[in-house]
Amino acid sequence: MAKGYNIFNLVRHAFRPNEPWPEAWAKPEPKSSYDVIIIGGGGHGLATAYYLAKNHGLKNIAVLEKSYIGSGNVGRNTTLIRSNYMIGGNTAFFEFSMKLWEGLSHELNFNTMVSHRGQMVLAVSPGQVDAFARRGNTMRLNGIDAELLDRNEVMKELPYLDYSKEARFPIYGAIHQPRAGTVRHDAVAWGYARAASQLGVDIIENCEVTNIMRDGDKVVGVETSRGKILSNKVAIAVAGHTSHVAAMAGMRLPIESHILQAFVTEPIKPLVHHVVSWGAELFYLSQSDKGGMVFGGHIDGFNTYTQRGNFPRIQSVMECATTLLPFMSRMRLLRHWGGIQDMTPDGSPFICKTPTQGLYLNGGWCYQGFKATPASGFTYAHTIAHDQEHDLNKCFSLDRFEKGKELDEFGIGNWTYKQ
Amino acid sequence: MRLQCPHCGERDVAEFRYGGDATKTRPQHGTGDLQAWHDYHFVFDNPKGPHIEYWQHTLGCRQWLKLNRNTATNVIEGRA
Amino acid sequence: MTAFRRTTKAAHIDRTKPITFTFDGKTLSGFAGDTLASALLANGKTLLGRSFKYHRPRGLIAAGLEEPNALFTTGTDGRTEPNTTATATELVSGITAKSQNAWPSLAFDVMAVNQFLSPIFSAGFYYKTFMGPLKKSWMMYEPIIRKAAGLGVAVPDVDTARYEHRYTFCDVLVIGSGPAGLAAAVTAARSNLRVTLAEQDFELGGSLLSSGNEVLEQWRKTQIAELETHKEARVLKRTTAQGIYDGNLVVLNCIPQNHPAKMILEQCRAKTIIIATGAIERPLVFENNDRPGVMLASAVCTYLNRHSVAPKKRAVIVTNNDSAYTTAFELAEADVAVTVAEQRATLSGDLLAKAAQLGIAIFPSSGIANVIGEKQIRAVRLSGRHAATIECDVLAMSGGWSPVLHLTSHGGIKPKYDEKIAAFVPGGFAPSHYGAGGVNGTFGVLAAIREGETAAHAAFENLVFRKNLEAIELPALRGDRAYAIQPDWTVPEGKHAFVDFQNDVTTKDIKQAHQEGYLSVEHLKRYTTLGMGTDQGKTSNINAIAMMADLRGLPMSAAGTTTFRPPYAPLTIGAIAGRNVGAHFKPKRLSPLHDWHIAHGATFIEAGLWMRAWYYDWAGNSPETAYIKEMELVRGNVGISDVSSLGKIDVQGPDAAEFLNRVYVNGFAKLPVGRARYGVMLNDDGIVLDDGTTSRISHTQFYMTTTTAQAGEVMSWLEYLLQMHWTDLNVHVTSLTDEWGGMAVSGPNARRALQLAFPDVDVTTEALPYMGVMEIELEGVPVRILRLSFSGELAYEVHCSANYTTALWEHILVSADSLGIKPYGLEALASLRIEKGHVAGADLDHRNTLDDLGLGKMAGKEKDYVGKALRFREDCQAPVRWSLVGIECMEDGKKLRGGAILFAASDEIKGHGRGYITSVTWSTELNKFIALALYNGGLKHEGEDIICAFPLKNENVKARIVSPHFIDKAGERLHA
Repeated sequence: MAKGYNIFNLVRHAFRPNEPWPEAWAKPEPKSSYDVIIIGGGGHGLATAYYLAKNHGLKNIAVLEKSYIGSGNVGRNTTLIRSNYMIGGNTAFFEFSMKLWEGLSHELNFNTMVSHRGQMVLAVSPGQVDAFARRGNTMRLNGIDAELLDRNEVMKELPYLDYSKEARFPIYGAIHQPRAGTVRHDAVAWGYARAASQLGVDIIENCEVTNIMRDGDKVVGVETSRGKILSNKVAIAVAGHTSHVAAMAGMRLPIESHILQAFVTEPIKPLVHHVVSWGAELFYLSQSDKGGMVFGGHIDGFNTYTQRGNFPRIQSVMECATTLLPFMSRMRLLRHWGGIQDMTPDGSPFICKTPTQGLYLNGGWCYQGFKATPASGFTYAHTIAHDQEHDLNKCFSLDRFEKGKELDEFGIGNWTYKQ
Repeated sequence: MRLQCPHCGERDVAEFRYGGDATKTRPQHGTGDLQAWHDYHFVFDNPKGPHIEYWQHTLGCRQWLKLNRNTATNVIEGRA
Repeated sequence: MTAFRRTTKAAHIDRTKPITFTFDGKTLSGFAGDTLASALLANGKTLLGRSFKYHRPRGLIAAGLEEPNALFTTGTDGRTEPNTTATATELVSGITAKSQNAWPSLAFDVMAVNQFLSPIFSAGFYYKTFMGPLKKSWMMYEPIIRKAAGLGVAVPDVDTARYEHRYTFCDVLVIGSGPAGLAAAVTAARSNLRVTLAEQDFELGGSLLSSGNEVLEQWRKTQIAELETHKEARVLKRTTAQGIYDGNLVVLNCIPQNHPAKMILEQCRAKTIIIATGAIERPLVFENNDRPGVMLASAVCTYLNRHSVAPKKRAVIVTNNDSAYTTAFELAEADVAVTVAEQRATLSGDLLAKAAQLGIAIFPSSGIANVIGEKQIRAVRLSGRHAATIECDVLAMSGGWSPVLHLTSHGGIKPKYDEKIAAFVPGGFAPSHYGAGGVNGTFGVLAAIREGETAAHAAFENLVFRKNLEAIELPALRGDRAYAIQPDWTVPEGKHAFVDFQNDVTTKDIKQAHQEGYLSVEHLKRYTTLGMGTDQGKTSNINAIAMMADLRGLPMSAAGTTTFRPPYAPLTIGAIAGRNVGAHFKPKRLSPLHDWHIAHGATFIEAGLWMRAWYYDWAGNSPETAYIKEMELVRGNVGISDVSSLGKIDVQGPDAAEFLNRVYVNGFAKLPVGRARYGVMLNDDGIVLDDGTTSRISHTQFYMTTTTAQAGEVMSWLEYLLQMHWTDLNVHVTSLTDEWGGMAVSGPNARRALQLAFPDVDVTTEALPYMGVMEIELEGVPVRILRLSFSGELAYEVHCSANYTTALWEHILVSADSLGIKPYGLEALASLRIEKGHVAGADLDHRNTLDDLGLGKMAGKEKDYVGKALRFREDCQAPVRWSLVGIECMEDGKKLRGGAILFAASDEIKGHGRGYITSVTWSTELNKFIALALYNGGLKHEGEDIICAFPLKNENVKARIVSPHFIDKAGERLHA
């Protein structure tokens, strides 16, 4: 467990301004070789480094980040966590992630503000109530918290929704996961970085990997903007740009890169105390501790690496916001941004070995990269350390489409751009 | 973003549906083994740069078309 | 004691038009031409808000929408809007504004106690504590911390304001109407191009409005007058360019005058864009620089020259550049005693001379050591060689100018640092974008005008258009003064030197972020919340970036900026959403029979975008029971149901049969004319895409029906295959979903009903056997009769043009009235098909294979069809797959429920189970609850007892696996 942050040190530093806080994570120069190189200093890469050092006793680890740590999707998402999964291996994996979230601030000695405020997914037809019931029942039977609420119960909890007769999609009920919620996203990257750094991991920012070096079918290291670095184990964790990095090792993947937009309003006093999602259209919203409504919807729907959204999607998300939560009409949009996410045909990720020995793949996270961060790091570290998948990530293999083992959690079909 | 429809001219992207990577060759009907169809259906180059892709003018003439769009800039570089 | 007064100088306010408004319950008055901010200042209101974190008293800093402090809740009752920026609000009659984030009042705010805790509330404070004592302790602290955050309060009432959308095209869009923008717009207009000029203010002129210079004012008026004469020139005031999106889409937010809409969001597709957005002045950073009365020098000048609001008596100016002297001179000429603390050591002669002439004292190599006065500045203490305390009503500061380059950067072009003006300038322009004036770092008026003209000419090149145009006549000025600046970005000492006013980020926080290694500008921003307020750091970011660069020993060129994101200014969400909200969200799809259903007591239900008749009054008024009567009608007599929402596709061409033979798993090549066949199609991945019935109308024409949910998807898929891949097939597909309507006539008396409706048509089973199709005419209207059954009864679907669907429906009802025919709704329709074991929406979820649905035998063994190869993937053929079964409830008084998880009787009730219930109904025939389900191994387990677990209701129900064909397994009724 990392250490150093507590109220006593805060008070001490407050009144002794000449005693500076230590660096949150060290800034070493890259060494010529490592036992493990992780490409990507995002949430997943940093978590992987932390669990490799903590659980598997590896110390000689580097995380290579082409920009600043947390510059990718860990700092661009809408901060939601949940474990309402019902298909095969997803259920156990995401619940394991939720369990890690529950203790994360303690584990990292960094307040990641894990807020179990609960998520309400609103059903807009009797058929959807049944579909949500299946999800909730599966969750309960797997030891995960879930409640089915009827319309009146939803009205009590979320009084600000549109319950009028004119409502285009009337609310029939909701499935509620009380332990779902939000996490301060940047803090996840910083907290893992700090804890990994305390365990001796080298976090190297502004170091872009330009090639993956192989000797036959074995990986031997990487070429970077700061020189060659050798390692027999190289782990990719660059979701959004997975295809690009995997291509350096000659791989073509079931992944396309798409943009997902996110939105935040001006801050207001607390009004929305849950995460609210909608069954009529993909839409999710929560109110940050700072007061802004943080929300999002579907991907724009075509491959792009531009990190900026197009207006039709912005409009449709605002239509959802205003229709479901009429008070949003008068609120003002402060900022909108985009993140590039890997989309896979079935909407589920990859955490697995690759055809190249010593090269590991973590990517394809679609909409669920952030909430998966702790479990992804934990199981990826296991996969790297033992050169073998952990039980929890066996289902996230590259060959599942050949085998017909898709994990289509939302029943959309095999389409990258529709998932 | 605006796309060039061969029948209707330049129209807003909102009138179209996206159809994905158009560089892969669909196996002839009745041919192709499991591997060929797997690669065709599930594996992508996903380039950052020029990308030949399908679109359909669903809210117009319903023509399917192939465009060359740069995924790094979203600039349409022409019909493909 | 008030620190400001109205002068008598002519300005851009109309003293003949007084306007009253309310601020914190007091009625005040201003004039037309005021902003809410200038009117408050004229009324001596300088304490206007409390800061976000420390609740420090705050006043106006700026005169434009970069203002970080003066945010109010405006409106009354259920119509209030939080966080309205006073400086960007035109004063109109009846504005009601309330200060925010202060309790009980602005002057006495309890939460101001936070100021004393500020040493602890430093950057990253929250990350270091509130972690204990328990794992989930944050849940205890969070509600308290949340309450302290946020600025205004949102009211949950429905927004009754109207927001419109407008879509426009133009050749040249000019953004900003300062000297550069006016010159560009006039030049472009002279060429007769379609020009749009967008100005966020309610007056045109930009910086010209603050100049106080008669020559410039004349020039401004001349340009505006000329623009009015050009027919192709549109001038939009009160219009903010919020963002530039791919394809030169500029989103403009307009506040219209004399219009029922509160806002109009304009999506302007411009061939070329001239960005003339000017520049914003930067604050300086020193101890207590946030006290009310410390303002930007240019803002002081604007309030003076544009709104005739001057400091009472004394002003101190602190600057690192020449531009602040304009303010100094204007103030002196308005009889304000002016002292200048000049950070630089030397100053050019002309400024010194003019200052001397106006009696302005200048202290070189001086800055501000501290500001005295809490809720209003009283005096300043100078730093440097001339340490002295000077009483004043206002401290006007100028840290130089930052080009408003946001729009140039929305497309991803990063700004670059320009040493000469100590500011970031556009790093380039996208093709067809041009910059002119302040946005380029060009701060002289004459140079800006010339750049505006040049930009317009450059735009013409882009438009392949050129014309000898008359040059813009320049205002008769002697010339532009060169702009000189010498910034000092070493981090000043002190505890209350604010960099970001709204978010209370101080120099201490920046130092701390540096110590802790949050070095990149993005880390700095995210760790300290710098620039994350409603002003998005318009005034603060560059100072913070520069200080961090200084601490790191980096040149500014290596420091970079955070990303500029739309919208430029906070944008009302209602305006973006427009009118497609509430009841108008996702236009409803209505059957041609919709009005009939309304008139005859139907209750509706949403089915995707469709509104479908759910059940009818005649059967009762509860969805729980009405469908049972309707089912009984169909099983016992005859009913009629609207099936118009089904997808209907006309497939024509010599190769139509071959085409269908490829897309369906089962054979269609040999389907005889006059016959229909049930078909299933797969995706390329071998997963079921859709099912439906297709009829052969002639050798070359087929009539396909699809499910309601997949109609659009199937249509696109067929077009895709025909247009992009199977171009050798001569086939055309046309959607008839909206053009045709249909109805199912079902029940043992269905044939009698048809005989009554179509007495001249032979509908005997010989003439029209099961799966037979017949085309007839009824009073000249073509009608198709398809003998299909979804319910398992003797049944027909009757289809015709949507124009005649209601007439046909009524005709059948009237003709067969003697039988007792009545309509039945979607609930009964869906229940009847469950009894018959037909799969539909809830059972088809894009995860099923053909075999999962028990339809594997349908697929032609010899024949090729879409999805065949991948259908045979290993796991798609696994015996443990969940496949279709029927389920009967075995416990009296208990219900089966959709979404229940299924277990074998001996299983522990835990985990994912062996399957789940997809759809449930009460069976009127069997007198029990029955269901369709997917179950591990499927009908191999027929006859076994199972448990239906529904832990959400703490319920386990015993049931039995049976064939999904609950009724008439032999199909005698169908063939009757």
